[in-house]
Amino acid sequence: MILPLKVQELTFAAGGRARIAPLSLEIAAGPSTVILGANGAGKSVLMRLMHGLLAPSSGTVVWSGDNARRRQAMVFQRPVLLRRSALANVTYALKLAHVPRAEREGLALEALDSVGLASLANRAARVLSGGEQQRLALARAWALHPEVLFLDEPTASLDPSSTREIERVIQAFDAAGTKIIMATHNLGQARRLGDEVLFLHQGRLVERAPVEQFFSRPASPEASAFIKGELPWV
Amino acid sequence: MEGLVQAFGGAFRLLASGDPTLTRIVLLSLAVSLAAVALATLLGLPLGAALAVRRFPGRRALVVLLNALMGLPPVVVGLVVYLLLSRAGPLGELGLLFTPPAMVIAQTILVLPIVAALCRQAVEDAWAEYEEQLRSLGASEFSAALTLVWDIRFSLVTAVLAGLGRASAEVGAVMIVGGNIDGVTRVMTTTIALETSKGDLPLALALGLLLIALVIVLNAAAAYVKGAAQRRHG
Repeated sequence: MILPLKVQELTFAAGGRARIAPLSLEIAAGPSTVILGANGAGKSVLMRLMHGLLAPSSGTVVWSGDNARRRQAMVFQRPVLLRRSALANVTYALKLAHVPRAEREGLALEALDSVGLASLANRAARVLSGGEQQRLALARAWALHPEVLFLDEPTASLDPSSTREIERVIQAFDAAGTKIIMATHNLGQARRLGDEVLFLHQGRLVERAPVEQFFSRPASPEASAFIKGELPWV
Repeated sequence: MEGLVQAFGGAFRLLASGDPTLTRIVLLSLAVSLAAVALATLLGLPLGAALAVRRFPGRRALVVLLNALMGLPPVVVGLVVYLLLSRAGPLGELGLLFTPPAMVIAQTILVLPIVAALCRQAVEDAWAEYEEQLRSLGASEFSAALTLVWDIRFSLVTAVLAGLGRASAEVGAVMIVGGNIDGVTRVMTTTIALETSKGDLPLALALGLLLIALVIVLNAAAAYVKGAAQRRHG
């Protein structure tokens, strides 16, 4: 198990601007974590720092187990798919994860089935619809059986019915025991999928609370303003 | 005006007759240019991809240099290869001067920067889009570069075609290192130059028309393949 994840005195600056102020937190296994905040609050940057795509300016990100990099996966706002079949996109990820060739196709088909894309396995990935592409990206992440799955606004550019499909898949992964860490600025989605909320404001962790408590009794003025829709970035 | 009409008439008669000298010249042209493009592609694609994906000191200068080399003057390349291959030169023992292999070497040097520079640009653009996803999946720089080249293979057809255009139109380098020897190293462009100066305009014009037709056919075929593949793979 690579959780708990310990983040200590983490900062990140880019282009002479601090994107993450010194930030410490611990993320445990189990209930799903939703990172909320306005655009530019640092949600994506924080997830990329935790996932290892960005190097911290200072501070540390420490996972508990060995080989933590291989036991986590990330799905981005816009899926990046290769110009090959849906199935080949998944087996490609398995190949990079050193899964023996003989096992790849079976695992990939299983993953495609879990997101409802088994019938489109041989279709070219780039000609799928936006919602199908995102589900394929989820299948690709899921095929690796990650202990932690990062989701960066996975439905931000999708229509409502595709969004529901994606949320159903995320719930299934959650139920199967994968730790979900998701950034979103969709409050309804946070309520539907989240167990606890990390609320970021201008690169700082302002509030951390169970989801019901966060929405009914936000402790900080920034959070209550955000929930009311009076976004406090001005 | 009359001369032009006569020249065209003679040209078409020559083309229709299937003159063996003409055929030999055309085939040698094709062989030399296609071999040079194949070699340059084999070397240029990995070089361009590596330059796109790797970060090292001096990279920027190298990119500028590579772009500048796209404009190498053929006669200068011809001269340098001539000096290298001439009997007194460092590679003189190979005895390649005034043979088709010498022409292939010269044209490869001319085409290589074009293929590498255009590939570098295309892969770098794709890398900007794919980088986070590929790194998240655990791809090394090397395997990411291979994945990118394969994924944008249809765009790279354009780079190869640009190289082929350069090779088939080039006269200065093959003239110097090949020597324009009748039946041995005489190709379409050198024949056109020679016959024009000798006043045999029908032969020069016939070859000119053939050269243009060949370039159009090759480009049309490539465009067709590229279009069909893009429709299939998105």
